[in-house]
Amino acid sequence: MTKASIEARGDLRLTRLTKSYGDFTAVDDLSLTIPKGSFFALLGPSGCGKTTTLRMIAGLEEPTAGSIYLGETDITTTKPYQRPINTVFQNYALFPHLTIFENIAFGLRRRGKSDVKEAVEKVLNLVELPHLAQRKPTQLSGGQQQRIALARAIVNRPALLLLDEPLGALDLKLRRQMQIELKWIQKEVGLTFVHVTHDQEEAMTMADTIAVMNEGQIEQMGSPADLYDNPETAYVANFLGQSNLIKGTISGNDGDSQIVDLFGQKISLPKSRSHAVDNSTYAGIRPEKFRISLLETPVKGNVLTGGRIEDVSYIGVSTQYQVEMPWGQELMVFEQNDDGVAPFKKGDAVNISWEPAFTFGLRGDEDATAGSEVAPEVLDEE
Amino acid sequence: MSQKIQQAPIPTIPLGARIQRWVGRNLIKIYAFIAFTYLFIPVAYTFAFSFNDSGKSNLIWKGFTLDNWRNPCGAPEVCNALGNSIKIGLIATIFSTILGTMIAFAIGRHKFKGRSTSNLLIFLPMATPEIVLGASLLSLFLVLEINPGFWPTVIAHIVFCISFVVVTVKARIASLDPKLEQAAMDLYANEFQTFRRVTLPLVAPGIAGAALLAFSLSFDDFIITNFNSGTLTTFPKFIYISAARGIPAQANVIGSAMFFLALTLVIVGQLANRRRVR
Amino acid sequence: MRKIRTPYLLLLPGFAFLFTFFILPIINLAQTSTQTRIPGGDTGQYEQTLRFTNYFDAFIENREQFTRSFVYALLATLLALAISYPLAYAIAFKSGKYKNVLLVLVIAPFFTSFLLRTIAWKQILGEEGFVVPTLRTFGIISDSTTLTSTSFAVVMGMTYNFLPFMTLPLFASIDRIDPKTLEASGDLYANGITTFRKVTLPLSMPGVVAGTLLTFIPAAGDYVNAAILGSPNTKMLGNVIESRYFRVVDYPTAAALSFTLMVAILILVTLYIRKVGTEELV
Repeated sequence: MTKASIEARGDLRLTRLTKSYGDFTAVDDLSLTIPKGSFFALLGPSGCGKTTTLRMIAGLEEPTAGSIYLGETDITTTKPYQRPINTVFQNYALFPHLTIFENIAFGLRRRGKSDVKEAVEKVLNLVELPHLAQRKPTQLSGGQQQRIALARAIVNRPALLLLDEPLGALDLKLRRQMQIELKWIQKEVGLTFVHVTHDQEEAMTMADTIAVMNEGQIEQMGSPADLYDNPETAYVANFLGQSNLIKGTISGNDGDSQIVDLFGQKISLPKSRSHAVDNSTYAGIRPEKFRISLLETPVKGNVLTGGRIEDVSYIGVSTQYQVEMPWGQELMVFEQNDDGVAPFKKGDAVNISWEPAFTFGLRGDEDATAGSEVAPEVLDEE
Repeated sequence: MSQKIQQAPIPTIPLGARIQRWVGRNLIKIYAFIAFTYLFIPVAYTFAFSFNDSGKSNLIWKGFTLDNWRNPCGAPEVCNALGNSIKIGLIATIFSTILGTMIAFAIGRHKFKGRSTSNLLIFLPMATPEIVLGASLLSLFLVLEINPGFWPTVIAHIVFCISFVVVTVKARIASLDPKLEQAAMDLYANEFQTFRRVTLPLVAPGIAGAALLAFSLSFDDFIITNFNSGTLTTFPKFIYISAARGIPAQANVIGSAMFFLALTLVIVGQLANRRRVR
Repeated sequence: MRKIRTPYLLLLPGFAFLFTFFILPIINLAQTSTQTRIPGGDTGQYEQTLRFTNYFDAFIENREQFTRSFVYALLATLLALAISYPLAYAIAFKSGKYKNVLLVLVIAPFFTSFLLRTIAWKQILGEEGFVVPTLRTFGIISDSTTLTSTSFAVVMGMTYNFLPFMTLPLFASIDRIDPKTLEASGDLYANGITTFRKVTLPLSMPGVVAGTLLTFIPAAGDYVNAAILGSPNTKMLGNVIESRYFRVVDYPTAAALSFTLMVAILILVTLYIRKVGTEELV
């Protein structure tokens, strides 16, 4: 088994994977398939179990129960060095006593590969740092270290590349740049990437598929657009971007749509986007989908009347409004500053309208604030 | 959701692999336990034989008694020797801590010409075997016609303690964030106030540790003391001299008492430190 | 102006002290080493005759003890390294919240006088201790074999006494290793042994160097372990120097031996540091 494991290729399958530390269950009965060649993101706040999952895939933690398959090979109990899986560690874990060249050559030498020099030079060119080969890691900037960590992993041509918060230590601008480069490199080398992050924007920029994790389980999995446009739970709706969730009751049907009563005002919601299990529901609308209009302006689609502008923040490309509704809830509205329409002022009485197809419906018994209060900036999971 | 539909039985990890991993994980802990046992065997032996109803020679177990603990000064000379060791230790500690701390600040906080030479001068006494230190000082005292005794011993102890104080305090200074001092200056503290209110309190645990180290080095020293103390008896010297005809159990009492006293001091110090950090 | 003077003012008292009581004695020691007895003078009276053959005579006469000092010290150092490394590793990586407690336990034996502990070993390993009869019962050693008064006992005693000097620096440098680099090594196809050879050991080299020096230097100059646990056949250079000073009152030979010991150690230390190449030692 162990000899063959290093040659294993194919989809990664996690079957009912569980990891507990005493009473605490970090990963709870998780099953998941990551197709070969995809860029997969595990997204969630600190302590949601994403890093533990990654470490089990890498072989650095032993699962309490469940199994891990790579293609047809069971790798649940194989040692890290017997898995064709490499990791780009958080804070990189470059070997401080070795040169950059030797850092990258480390894995190749362990496996007794020939043409080490050629392979290292090639990957150094790929990350555009060929001139740093003879430096020591401490002489490099954060962004350079990140690229070397990536090069050290991909030079081995693993079946699977794991990235543990790989960009967390970089500043915002560098992070943006690296996001694009990572995506490009993944396409270029054609490896399966599994990326763990707490940063929803990072996950959405890079991944084909995102699994949102919460308390050791997967809340929802899908493409970035799916997750954003049609979240199934309040947790996903709030963790990925911002959402307005308005309490309501499903009062009837109209063809493919449900009619929802929001504090006496009726709106419509496509049935395919409703995840409610009974009459009680939350209607969810992303802030940028809303349009604000003065009371006398005619509008189409779903309309909520009786709003009053409470706060206006001008932030360049858009303006953010807080609109107080008759039932006391404040809704958030983002308006693009592209149409030359004079912005609204504080105290204006307004209607809020939106395209019915943008509405999503959640179960009415959910906690509407789930996922919105987690502090995504806290990095360490340990 | 889709993942929860499939209810295959939860695959478990084979028992063999589990046992193998447990041993692999705990082997080093088992080893550490054995190593600590090795370290403590003579300590335990010394402690046990402090209760020996042995009379003069504490070689064979003759029966349990508390008399030695009730009367630790019962054997001739032993408390006199202990007193000398404590006196020498205290004086040597005070002087070596002051001198060493000053040197540590000079080397750790200033850039100046001759810094590497200074480092060498601190390293040399540590790289010199005790017997050479002791013998060379004795030679000097003989040339100067100073008789070996109390003060020559104190001087000898200061010599070998200084380097250890410098190294300990310097390590503490090096771990300080220089921004703290800059912040103090930014908040209107002049150089002296910065030193008094920020630097010194932060370095203090290092100085305390260095003083404790100096005292224990001085208290436990035999070789250098033997060369420079003449007829004066210190506690280690007392043990060495009486080794031939058997050590009185009172020496075991004092040795064990020192052990527990120092252990208590260190534990209290650590707890206090932890509380302060919190 | 003040800023430039400050470090020198801080150094002055300490260095004046070290100059008087460390450098001068060493110079004086060098001077004594070439003296000869005043013809017809009293015991202990010597005059400077620049007799460098003192060194040659001292070395020839005591070359056995010389060799023994360095061989014993080397053995004790290697043994201490072998015992301490796994211990320091365990404390650094496997002790969790008990790290500080275990560190205290490493130095705790020091709080009992080392002479008491050495004598305890002598009694434990002696004829009346429990080890020898046990080993004889099981036939591991013959009835005529003893454990004390042997080279084994001396080396074991030195290993024991200098063990914390090895463990603490090793711990300090192993503790600084980022455990993630060890995981990274496993991730990059290195098994446990390769990870140790290629990552852990090189990264802990400063501790290995400091620990071996702190053990080797006092061990090479030691005579207490040889005096308590050994026999006349295990005498080390330290025993000779001591008896030259106190029993034979032959100061020049004692000084020549001391000086040779110091220089030999300094040369070895310098070569060793050069070879393993660490800058951050002091």
